[in-house]
Amino acid sequence: MSTHVLPGPAPVGLRFHPLRDSATMLRRNLRHMLRYPSMTVTLVGMPIVFLLLFVYVFGGTLGAGLGGGSGGRAEYANYVVPAIILMTVTATVQGTAISVAMDMTEGVIARFRTMHIARVSVLTGHVLGSVIQAMISLAIVVGVALLIGVRPTAGLGAWLATAGFLMVVAFALVWLAVALGQVSKSVETASNLPMPLVLLPFLSSGFVPSESLPAGLRWFAEHQPFTPIIETLRGLLMNTPLGNDAWLALGWCAVIALGGYLWSKKLFNREFSR
Amino acid sequence: MSSKQSRPAIAATGLRKSFGDQVVLDGLDLDVRRGTVFALLGANGAGKTTTVKILSTLISADAGAAQVAGHDLAGEPDAVRAAIGVTGQFSAVDNLITGEENLLLMADLHHLGRGERRRRAAQLLDRFDLTDAARKPASTYSGGMRRRLDLAMTLVGNPQVIFLDEPTTGLDPRSRRNMWQIIRDLVADGVTIFLTTQYLEEADELADRIAVLDHGRLVAEGTADELKRRIPGGHVRLRFADPQGLDAAMSVLGQVSRDDDALALRVPSDGSLRALKTLIGRLDDWAIEVDELSVHTPDLDDVFLALTANPTDEKVTTP
Repeated sequence: MSTHVLPGPAPVGLRFHPLRDSATMLRRNLRHMLRYPSMTVTLVGMPIVFLLLFVYVFGGTLGAGLGGGSGGRAEYANYVVPAIILMTVTATVQGTAISVAMDMTEGVIARFRTMHIARVSVLTGHVLGSVIQAMISLAIVVGVALLIGVRPTAGLGAWLATAGFLMVVAFALVWLAVALGQVSKSVETASNLPMPLVLLPFLSSGFVPSESLPAGLRWFAEHQPFTPIIETLRGLLMNTPLGNDAWLALGWCAVIALGGYLWSKKLFNREFSR
Repeated sequence: MSSKQSRPAIAATGLRKSFGDQVVLDGLDLDVRRGTVFALLGANGAGKTTTVKILSTLISADAGAAQVAGHDLAGEPDAVRAAIGVTGQFSAVDNLITGEENLLLMADLHHLGRGERRRRAAQLLDRFDLTDAARKPASTYSGGMRRRLDLAMTLVGNPQVIFLDEPTTGLDPRSRRNMWQIIRDLVADGVTIFLTTQYLEEADELADRIAVLDHGRLVAEGTADELKRRIPGGHVRLRFADPQGLDAAMSVLGQVSRDDDALALRVPSDGSLRALKTLIGRLDDWAIEVDELSVHTPDLDDVFLALTANPTDEKVTTP
């Protein structure tokens, strides 16, 4: 330890306070969201538009193709809702990448880096803020879905499990987005990089059953992470058997979260090139 | 290891940094005493900001060693961070929240208590004349206000060493003088200030010691006066009551330039006491009456241009 502390103002303790610092950074990010709600509104608006579009425009035809008993618009609404729920998360995550990229271009990050704070709190503040934002957006989207006649058969336990599961999914994708926001050289890039996340639900079992897809696409749909996530949601909400999907989904989430976390941390600790 | 009793606030030896094949710092040595203002003077691209980034732990040097506030930069970066404050060239404020919220954010990150954080924020807002704008978003602040907020945020943690990277670049003259006064007050409180600037006037006004940085190397270091004395261009101006005195002095002193209208002579001199003694002695020996004597040392602009002039190099590096 240093034996030659300079006299002067009371020396700051050299212990780190990651929880306290993360809470401070979370308050900062929540304040940003409250002060500038337009992005939040845009991000929650997109999945709602898609929901209305798919139920009222395509729903009649697609519902007939589901081949279930009653068929039609109402059944398709029930079918498509897990995909719309996942899109709500990916839209939030796109916002995360944008706000992280905005942060990185601001001088205040350089200030944080020269301060004696738990460095990771800059990132955890974004992560926690985005997860909270995702849960609020999800509540709104699910509310709209119920309004237009989606009728999940889930009981209270299944609803709670759904909420917990969605929090895990949001947590994983947000860490990935924090990394994407950091690799982006500009805010424009940051809004484009998460595009694949926004498109992946379409190439899954979310909008049409994967059996109806051509062979190559079907293979992709059955092996990409969003399919088990959507099937797990469907299982929880519609009370259908979960099979392996829940474990697969949680496995994917663990991999994505860990990868996103490690990548983010590495990016944050790299030096400014100039 | 330093054997001095009073440890310097900043001590660096042989700092080097390259970006790609461009050498930005080429063996920089620094020694900044505690409680002083040290100015690093240089043109754009001389390596000033890189120096600040290295000393404030933002980037690491390729070679060399440094201690800041008694802590080794490479070995104890956390201890260094706990002792320093940085106000950068591009202001490090959160534009999306208000000035007051920015200060409270800093207070929270320094783990001040509930009452203390409010008190500290209010006190700094008042000290930096920001109380009226406290509840407005920082994005609406003028350049001068933003710089003041930036510095106020730096002060929340009571740093021992403050790095000010071009604190007045882009400010209007009034805001600049305002900032100078703030900096003087800080030194009076006992903190050490490491200032970078491209304005010679600023270094002259504020700094106890000035180092001139050019292409990653220190080309001169000393007090403003020492630097001014180091280069030619200084002279002593002698004014006489009548043309006879002028003629007499002219014949005695030889190599001088003459201004008949003003009855004045311009004698090249470094302005040192010894040179003045010799000059006055000779005038005395010949019983020449001098009406007025004034010493003109070159200003820092002369120094800067003389020390950093490198026209051929400039042509090469201009893209």
